[in-house]
Amino acid sequence: MPLNDTDLKRLARLARIRLEPQELASLAPQFAGILDLIQQLQAVPTQGIEPLAHALDLEQRLRADEVTEADGRALFQPLAPEMEQGLYLVPQVIE
Amino acid sequence: MDWEVVIGIETHAQLATRSKIFSGASTRFGAEPNAQACAVDLALPGVLPVLNRQAVEHAIRFGLAVGATVAPRSVFARKNYFYPDLPKGYQISQYERPVVSGGAIRFFSAEQEKTVRLTRAHLEEDAGKSLHEDFQGRSGIDLNRAGTPLLEIVSEPDLRSAADAVAYARALHQLVIWIGICDGNMQEGSFRCDANVSVRPVGQDELGTRCEIKNLNSFRFMEKAILYEVRRQIRTLEDGGSIIQETRLYDPERDETRAMRSKEDAQDYRYFPDPDLLPVRISEDWVAQVRATLPELPADMRARFVQSYGLSAYDADLLTGSQALAQYFQTLHQLLGGDAKLCANWVCGEFLAALRRSEREVQEAPVTPQQLCDLLRRIQDGTLSGKMAKELFDVLWQEGGAVDALIAQRGLSQISDAGVLEQIIDALLAAHPAQVAEFRAGKDKVFGFFVGRAMKACAGRANPEQLNALLRQRLAG
Repeated sequence: MPLNDTDLKRLARLARIRLEPQELASLAPQFAGILDLIQQLQAVPTQGIEPLAHALDLEQRLRADEVTEADGRALFQPLAPEMEQGLYLVPQVIE
Repeated sequence: MDWEVVIGIETHAQLATRSKIFSGASTRFGAEPNAQACAVDLALPGVLPVLNRQAVEHAIRFGLAVGATVAPRSVFARKNYFYPDLPKGYQISQYERPVVSGGAIRFFSAEQEKTVRLTRAHLEEDAGKSLHEDFQGRSGIDLNRAGTPLLEIVSEPDLRSAADAVAYARALHQLVIWIGICDGNMQEGSFRCDANVSVRPVGQDELGTRCEIKNLNSFRFMEKAILYEVRRQIRTLEDGGSIIQETRLYDPERDETRAMRSKEDAQDYRYFPDPDLLPVRISEDWVAQVRATLPELPADMRARFVQSYGLSAYDADLLTGSQALAQYFQTLHQLLGGDAKLCANWVCGEFLAALRRSEREVQEAPVTPQQLCDLLRRIQDGTLSGKMAKELFDVLWQEGGAVDALIAQRGLSQISDAGVLEQIIDALLAAHPAQVAEFRAGKDKVFGFFVGRAMKACAGRANPEQLNALLRQRLAG
């Protein structure tokens, strides 16, 4: 199943990956291969089968509603490239 | 052309938990920036989410309160998008198997009980907060809110006017507070609504293209935003244009909605089951336990007030505005031993008005049900006129005290002694022979003159019905 450049560019934008034009050419057949694989999977008859939500046949453990984490700001913030007044700074985003 | 308005509401109710939905960080409002963002909330490598039992229980509670189906097995999914206040690059939400499906909200609008069907209610985590001012060319990110548990409640497009949409949102707001799953504080963002609005020609089955108005954080703005959006869509269509499906933001200062994201940027969230979280099993026992602790719901209480107390639907709706108010009314009614209508009039009237004036909650009211009951007794036995009782209520509210002591102190009691009233009337008739003659000649208006003078003569303390009767009797000669 071939993918055109528009689809590829859109995927790249959604994934926030910058693609050079020459990369597009080599990626197209790779993606087509992945999609072929998916198509094979989709050909398997699945009527009456409960969709699988998790590979493990277990159920989620729940925790009690208790505050167990102390203020770790002093520990975590030095990891960030930029911070000010306790805030993590990022390139400006405007809605 | 006549247009029909179609509205559906999505609400994010912040669940009342101490800790976050997937981490042990505190959810307390107003902390120093990032002081409540732990390694899980920051999405540091190697961390795993662990689900908060209380958040699931709140969702179950909501499901039961709206008569919905609570899923025996529920699944969490990743909703993928990039924004700096979402450090993982995805929000943990629910997609195919939400905890709650179906159900309905009953509400009261324009003196009518209406019902809106719910599509679903699912659990998810909140994102952080972005601050765009104060940092040149930078945005500041506070992740204290990241991971706060939310219940997203989605209604069917059953609403047909801005007023109904607001009435629905108010009823939902009242309900989540009532059942104790959300504090309902809109200023702090604990209850946020988005409205999906479209219009279609009356009689058309197919829905028009909708726009989503985001972040309506007050009921007043919600109504104004919808009214504006409906006008905009109708104007666009009547001018031969078409509506583009988009997200719009309401600007209260200019009273208009503006496009936020265009369709070109439409998100593709690529939902898939979160491999970090196993499916959640909700046993019948758990559901039964939650059901056992559910209080009488506002709509049921409203119906009971109408049926067993004979109150109007309007009064019953006002009285069930909050659990505390309904409790106040019921305590008062019990103390007084009946006369629900009198209790309702006073609670909906003077009491609510005084609460609003002083910006207080029911629990902080300075007049207790016992004090109000004492006051109402003195109305019932004729000691106080309605007007006097209102004056005394203000005194009780401002200064406190015991009703009977205040009546004695202030000489407030009503004059119902026929002898005293007759004396006043006779003196009045003797002093105004001309007016007496006019009245007897058929000029009925003069009656008011005598009532006024008589009331003045006894400083307003005369029992009005009695005064009227005696006056008519004496004037008739």
